[in-house]
Amino acid sequence: MSDHAKSPVKSYLAVWGALLLGTYLTYKAAFLELGAFNSAVALIIATTKALLVALFFMHLKGASEKLLKLVVISTIFFLFILMALSMADYATRWYS
Amino acid sequence: MLSDSQAAVPTSSHEDVHAPALLHHFATEEQQRNASSFGMWIFLATEVMFFGGLFVSYLIYRLWYFGDFGAASKSIDATLGATNTAVLICSSLTVVLAIWGAQIANRKLMIGSLILTMLFGLAFLGIKGKEYKDKFEEHHVPGASFSFEKVPIPGHPDQYANPRHAQIFFALYFIMTGLHALHMVVGLGIFTWLLTMAWKGRFTPEYHTPLEIGGLYWHFVDIVWIYLFPLLYLIDRHP
Repeated sequence: MSDHAKSPVKSYLAVWGALLLGTYLTYKAAFLELGAFNSAVALIIATTKALLVALFFMHLKGASEKLLKLVVISTIFFLFILMALSMADYATRWYS
Repeated sequence: MLSDSQAAVPTSSHEDVHAPALLHHFATEEQQRNASSFGMWIFLATEVMFFGGLFVSYLIYRLWYFGDFGAASKSIDATLGATNTAVLICSSLTVVLAIWGAQIANRKLMIGSLILTMLFGLAFLGIKGKEYKDKFEEHHVPGASFSFEKVPIPGHPDQYANPRHAQIFFALYFIMTGLHALHMVVGLGIFTWLLTMAWKGRFTPEYHTPLEIGGLYWHFVDIVWIYLFPLLYLIDRHP
């Protein structure tokens, strides 16, 4: 911890700037007519922001523990199962 | 026999004066730190599934009542939502700066950043309160006095949104943002405790695990908001 020779403050500030930029972009993009791509753009920007927070602020980048990686990956995997199996039902019902 | 084997094993370092925070059942400080953050990440995994259920219900109803959700979302003040997103992002920055302050033994930076984090958190809740007040005044709170009459569906000016469907949007809006706000309140409690510990000088460059764990929680709450913002405030905004 204290043996970290390089200050991470610069990268923290860069991530902070990128997150604010992402917020601005997602706000502006919502008012453009993009059809079905409005949701896609919003979710891509949100996921990019979430990744920035997780990798740099929560220090997942550079985390060496395999156990920790396992927890994070299985979390995303189970969330995916929750969504995919629910949608396999609800999104394929043909009646209204 | 027993005393023999005990004598053969090097005693753990709980008497080591150089690492006063090291508990005797851990071999090293690093192991202790990793165990703490591992436990926190498992807790966050349960939180992801907890919010995940709500996000999936949102997804299902958004697909079913597409236009009604658009009309309902448009009635929320998106500028307040965007401001709150920026406020939370700034609070996440001050959290990592507080940890950095502890790592370089800069008391001013650590305590100042913790106070700023809490001020940002309070600002977030204040703006949220203004937003809720608007919704109460517009009768957009699900319940007996709910009213959402003759609101056109975005893209279909000749059609009105179904109030029953719009009510489901507002129910999800209040449950998801309310649960998120509750997490913010809990976070403020945790940070009050962290500030007290920091004030008493408990955190050193060698030991500041509570700051890191509390920070993980705060960042997670930030990530939830990063998804709530476009999903609840920004759908079908375009003319």
